[in-house]
Amino acid sequence: MSEQKVRIAIVGSGPAGLSAAARAKQLGISHLLIEKSDHLSDTIYKYQKGKHVMATPVQLPRRSDMKFDAGKREAVLGLWDDLAAEFAIDALINAEVLSITGQDGDFVLKVKGAANRWQRPDKPGEPHGPNVAGAGSDQVQEIRAEKVILAIGTQGNPNRMRVPGGDLPHVQYQLDDPNAYDNEHITVVGAGDAGIENALGLLEDPKLDNVVTILNRTADFSRAKGPNVQAMFAARDEGRLTVMPETTPALVENGWLTVETRDGPQRFRCDRIIARMGSAPPRAFVEGCCATFIEQEDPDGGKPKKVIKPGTGIEFSSPDREAYPKLSPQFESTVPGIFVVGALAGYPLIKHCMNQGYDVVEFINGNTSLEPVDTPLLAAKFSALPGRRSVDEWLEFLRENVIILNGVSPLQMREFMLDSDVRFYRAGDTVFERNEPGSSLFAIASGSVLVEVDPRDRSITVPIETGSIFGEVGLISGRPRGATVRAAEDAIIVEVSRLSALKLMAAVPAAKEAVTRISVERQLLQIFKSGLTSADLADVLDDYKIVRVRAGEAIINEGEEGYDVFVIRVGSMVVERTVAGRPVFLSYLPAGSYVGEMALLDGGRRTATVRAAIKSEVIRLNGDKMRALLARNARLRERFETDMANRQRLNSFIEAKKESFSGAVDLYSSVATFLVEQGIGDATDVLLIDEKLCVGCDNCEKACADSHDGLSRLNREAGKTYAHLHVPTSCRHCEHPHCMADCPPNAIHRGPDGEVFIDDSCIGCGNCQRNCPYGVIRMEMVPPKKPNLLSWLFFGRGPGPGEPSQKWAKANLPLTGDEKKDAELTKKRAIKCDMCSGIPGGPACVRACPTGAAIRVKPEEFLTVARLEA
Amino acid sequence: MATRGAKQIERSRSSAHEGFLQHRNHRWLKIALGLSIAALIVYLGVDVEPRHNGGSWYGYTLGTIGALLILWLTMLGVRKRAMTRGYFSLKAWTSAHVYLGLSLIVIATLHTGFQLGWNVHTLAYVLMMIVILSGIYGIIAYSTLPEALSDNRSEMTRSQMIETIAKLDRQIDIAAQLLEDTEIVRSSLKENPFRAGIFARLSGSDRNCRNARALQDMRARLATATGEQEDAIRAVVQLLERKAAALARIRRQLKIKARLEVWLFIHVPTTFALIAALSVHILSVFYYW
Repeated sequence: MSEQKVRIAIVGSGPAGLSAAARAKQLGISHLLIEKSDHLSDTIYKYQKGKHVMATPVQLPRRSDMKFDAGKREAVLGLWDDLAAEFAIDALINAEVLSITGQDGDFVLKVKGAANRWQRPDKPGEPHGPNVAGAGSDQVQEIRAEKVILAIGTQGNPNRMRVPGGDLPHVQYQLDDPNAYDNEHITVVGAGDAGIENALGLLEDPKLDNVVTILNRTADFSRAKGPNVQAMFAARDEGRLTVMPETTPALVENGWLTVETRDGPQRFRCDRIIARMGSAPPRAFVEGCCATFIEQEDPDGGKPKKVIKPGTGIEFSSPDREAYPKLSPQFESTVPGIFVVGALAGYPLIKHCMNQGYDVVEFINGNTSLEPVDTPLLAAKFSALPGRRSVDEWLEFLRENVIILNGVSPLQMREFMLDSDVRFYRAGDTVFERNEPGSSLFAIASGSVLVEVDPRDRSITVPIETGSIFGEVGLISGRPRGATVRAAEDAIIVEVSRLSALKLMAAVPAAKEAVTRISVERQLLQIFKSGLTSADLADVLDDYKIVRVRAGEAIINEGEEGYDVFVIRVGSMVVERTVAGRPVFLSYLPAGSYVGEMALLDGGRRTATVRAAIKSEVIRLNGDKMRALLARNARLRERFETDMANRQRLNSFIEAKKESFSGAVDLYSSVATFLVEQGIGDATDVLLIDEKLCVGCDNCEKACADSHDGLSRLNREAGKTYAHLHVPTSCRHCEHPHCMADCPPNAIHRGPDGEVFIDDSCIGCGNCQRNCPYGVIRMEMVPPKKPNLLSWLFFGRGPGPGEPSQKWAKANLPLTGDEKKDAELTKKRAIKCDMCSGIPGGPACVRACPTGAAIRVKPEEFLTVARLEA
Repeated sequence: MATRGAKQIERSRSSAHEGFLQHRNHRWLKIALGLSIAALIVYLGVDVEPRHNGGSWYGYTLGTIGALLILWLTMLGVRKRAMTRGYFSLKAWTSAHVYLGLSLIVIATLHTGFQLGWNVHTLAYVLMMIVILSGIYGIIAYSTLPEALSDNRSEMTRSQMIETIAKLDRQIDIAAQLLEDTEIVRSSLKENPFRAGIFARLSGSDRNCRNARALQDMRARLATATGEQEDAIRAVVQLLERKAAALARIRRQLKIKARLEVWLFIHVPTTFALIAALSVHILSVFYYW
C-alpha cells in the first residue's frame, strides 16, 4: 500500500465523508476514505451511549446513497456500517493525515498509522474486530490522489475552558458513557445541543444519583435545536436539572465551581465539569494544505518563524478562531482540487453533511448542472422578487449588498436564507409601524428606507441606506418598534427572525461585529443627539469596547486617572462618592445614560465611583477620540458641559450637606443601597409602599384584582422592608425582562409606556414564572365574573371586592360540559402586572391607596441624592 | 459624571410622596378651613330674627350644605370599593373626607344655632358628632400606628406567621411524646390567637392563653424534674417559649390592626343611623313647616 493513486481521497469518515465515498463507489470512481480513529464516523461514535440522534432541519430533503433517520446512536452507526459494507467502500482506519501537498491532479497525502483496511465490525459502533492490530503504529506512508475532499469536521478541536483551574483533570470535553458516573455533582458548561444532550444523558437513569447543572452564557438558547431546549426545560420543571442562564464559569477548584451569574458570583459543589462550548476548525492543519512556508523574522529577535506565505494554502474567511474556509459554491477551497464539506464548511448538521458529500463527488465527476438540494426551496423564496436571477445570483446579490452578510460563506448563505424572508417593497410601502410588536432584524439589499422618528410629524425622517440594517433594537430589548419605517424607493429587504439573527451572530463573528457596530452607533447617536451624524462618530467607533460588568464591579473609581467615557448599554449603574470616610449614594444611572464626561472635560481625576447595580454592559469610548469629537462639535460639547455643571452642582450640594445633614445623607444612602439590593437596578417602574402610612387595608391588592380579571398581581405583605420603605412583590418592568427570555409562544411584550405584559396567547407553561428573579408572576386560573358591586353591597351577592376565593371561583365557573371549552376555562395562565395599561386613570394600586402609602417610581428619579433637597 | 443627578431635583419632588393629610400641600384642609371661617363670619355678620336657628334662610343654607356633605362623605365607602377605570385618587378622597368631615363640626353646629333639646333633630346632631369623634380617633390611629405595624411584622407575612406557629406545634407535639404527663402541653396545641374576643384583641394579651398556662406549668415542673424527664421538659419549655414569642407577635399584630379598625365599627353603623335620623329630621321639618 506504499504507493497507490486514487481519483478522490476523502479525509474523514463522518456523514459527509461516508456519503461522498458511497457516491464515488456508485459512480465507479476510484476513491479512498481515510479515517484517523479505529472506527468510522468518530464524531457520532463519540456521542454518549444510547443518545438519540436527530434529523434536522426537517424541511430539508436528503440526497445521499447513505440512509439516515433519527434514532439511537447505535442504530445509526450500525446502519452506516451495514451500508458501507454493502457498497464495499474503500476505507482505511487508523490512518491520520499529517499533511497534504502537491497540486490539482496530483496531491500527496502523508498518512501516519497502521492504515488498516476497514471491515464491517461484529457489533455496530464497536472498534473493528480483528483488524485493529497496528493501532498506534508510527509508520508513515504516502497516498496520491487527483482530488481531495476534506470532511474532517471540527470536533477534534473543542473550545477550551479559559478560566483559572480550567486545566484541572476533572474538566472534560466529551462524555462517552453517561452511566459511568454516580453520586456526583456534575456541571455541564454550554447549552448547545451537545451540552443539553450530555446533561439529559446524565439524568436518564434515575438510579444514578447525580446532581446536574447546566450553564448557558446568554439568556436565550438559540444555538440548540428546539426539541432539545424543550426537553431541557421539562427536566428542569421536574426538578431534575438546574438550568442557569446568563452564567459563566469563573474559577474551577477541586470539588467546587465558582460562576458569575446575573446577580453576582456563586460557588457550588462540582465534582466534574463537562465543557461543551463548541469547537473550531483545526485551522493550522487546514491552512497548511498545499501552502508554501516562508521564514519570517521574529520582531523580538528570536529564531525566525515558519509562516504560511500569504495567498497559498486554504484561506479562511476571517482571522477569527471560529471562522470557516473560503469556499466556492461547489465546495472548492482556494486550493484548486481540494474540496471542503461538512462541519468544517460550517455545517454541523448530519443531513447537510450527507447531501454535501453526495454533491461534491458529483461536481468532481463533472456534473456541473447539479443543483443543491435546497434550490427549489430557495427559488420559491426569491420568486416574488423583480429581476430574473438564479438562486445563486440572488444569494450572491444579498451577500454582497448586505453588510452583515459580507463575511458569510456562500454555503452558509443558503442555510441562512432558508430561515429568513426576502421581500420587495415599492416606494412608500410600510415595512413596520411604530409600536408594532416584533423582534426580527431587517437588512436592506437594495434601495433605502426612511425612519419616521417623530410620531407627530411624519415628514421628519432619517434615511437608512442600502446594505445597512434596522430593527436591531428588537434583538436586545424586546421593546415594540420605536418608529415607523417606510421604503424610500423600491427596495429589496431581508427579514431575519430574532433566533436566526442570533444564530448568525453566533456562527459568523464578522456578522456579530457588524450588527454590534451599527447598534452601538445608533445608540450613541440617540444618546448624544446634538445633530451628530454617523460620519461624525466614525472615528470614535474605530476604538470602542463593549465591556461586561459584574454586579457590584466598578467601571470608574474615585480618585483614579482616566477620561474614557462610558455609555450604559444594558443594566444600570450607581454613582457613589466617599464623604467623610463613608460611601454616599449619589445617583442611579439607567441604561442609555453616559458617564465619565467630567474628567474628559476638565482633565482632573475621577470624582466619584461608578459601579454596576446589576450585571451590565457598557460601551467604553476612547477619551482622546471623544475629546477630538467634542472639539469638532460645539453642540455636543455644550451638552457635555451642561451635564458637567449639573453634576458639579450636585457635588457642591453634597459638600454643603455633609456637615449639617450627615444623618439624613446616611439614611438616604442606606435606603438607596437597600433598594438597589432589591433589584431596583433592573427596574424601569417599581411599586413602593411607605409603611409609615400603610394601614394594611390591602385595598391595593383588591383594586388590582378588580381591574384585571379578578386576580391580584401584587402581594403587598411579601417582600423586603428597610427604614419603613417596603418593596412589595410586584413587577418592576425590568429594562431587560428576564421573563421574556424564554416564552414559547412569544406572548410577553413591552407596551408603549414601558410596561411588560403577557398577551392572550399564553400557553401556561410557567417558564416566565421560573425565570423571574423577583417572584412576581403567578400561574392562576382566571375566576368567573363577579356580580356587580351594588348587588354585593345591598344583597350580599358574590364575594365582594378583591380577589375571590378559589372555592368561590371553582363553584361559579360557567362550565359547559364541552371538554374543550371547559379546559380553556380552567386553564392556568401567567398573571403579572401590566402597569394598568389601557386604563385611563393609571395604576389601580396607587389610585386605590386611601392614605398615599403606595407610590410608583422610576428608579432614576427616586434614587438621587437630590431628593434630600426636596 | 452622573449626568442625570442634579437635573432631577425638580422632577424628583413629584415622586416625593405625601400622605393623605398633606395631600397636595393641604389643599382640602385649606378648603375646609375657608368654608368654616366663611360660615362663621356670615353667622356673626348677619342678623337673623329672633335668633339664629335652623329655620332661617341661613339655617337652611347651612343645613343643605351639611346634609349634602354627609351624603357625599358616605360615598367614600362606595368609592373605595368601586375600581372604576377613570382618573381618581382615593388618597384625595380620603383627604377631602377628613377635612370636610371635620368642617361639619362648624357647619352643623352653626346650623343648630345652638338650639339643642331632647328631640330627633338633636339626635341627628349627636349621631353626627359621634361619627366625627370616631373619625378623629381614626385619623390619629392612621397617623401613628402604621409604623408599629410595620416594625412588628418585620417582613413576615400573615401566612408566614401562621406557618411558624404550625411548625412549632408539630415540634411540640413530637417533643411532648417523651413527657410523663402530656395533657397540658397538648392542650396548648389548640391555641388559636385569631379566635380572640374584641377585648383580648385590643389589649393584645390573652389571660386564658393555653400556651402560657402550659409554659408556666412546665417551668414549675422543670424545677423538680431530674434525669431524662428534665431534658424532655427543658426541650418542651424551649419550644413553648418560642411559641409564646410567635404568639405575642401575632397578638401584637392583631392588636395594632384592631386599633386601626375598631373605630370603623362605630363610624360606619353610626353613619347609617345618622342618615336615618337625618331623613326623619328633614322630613319632619318640612312636614311642620
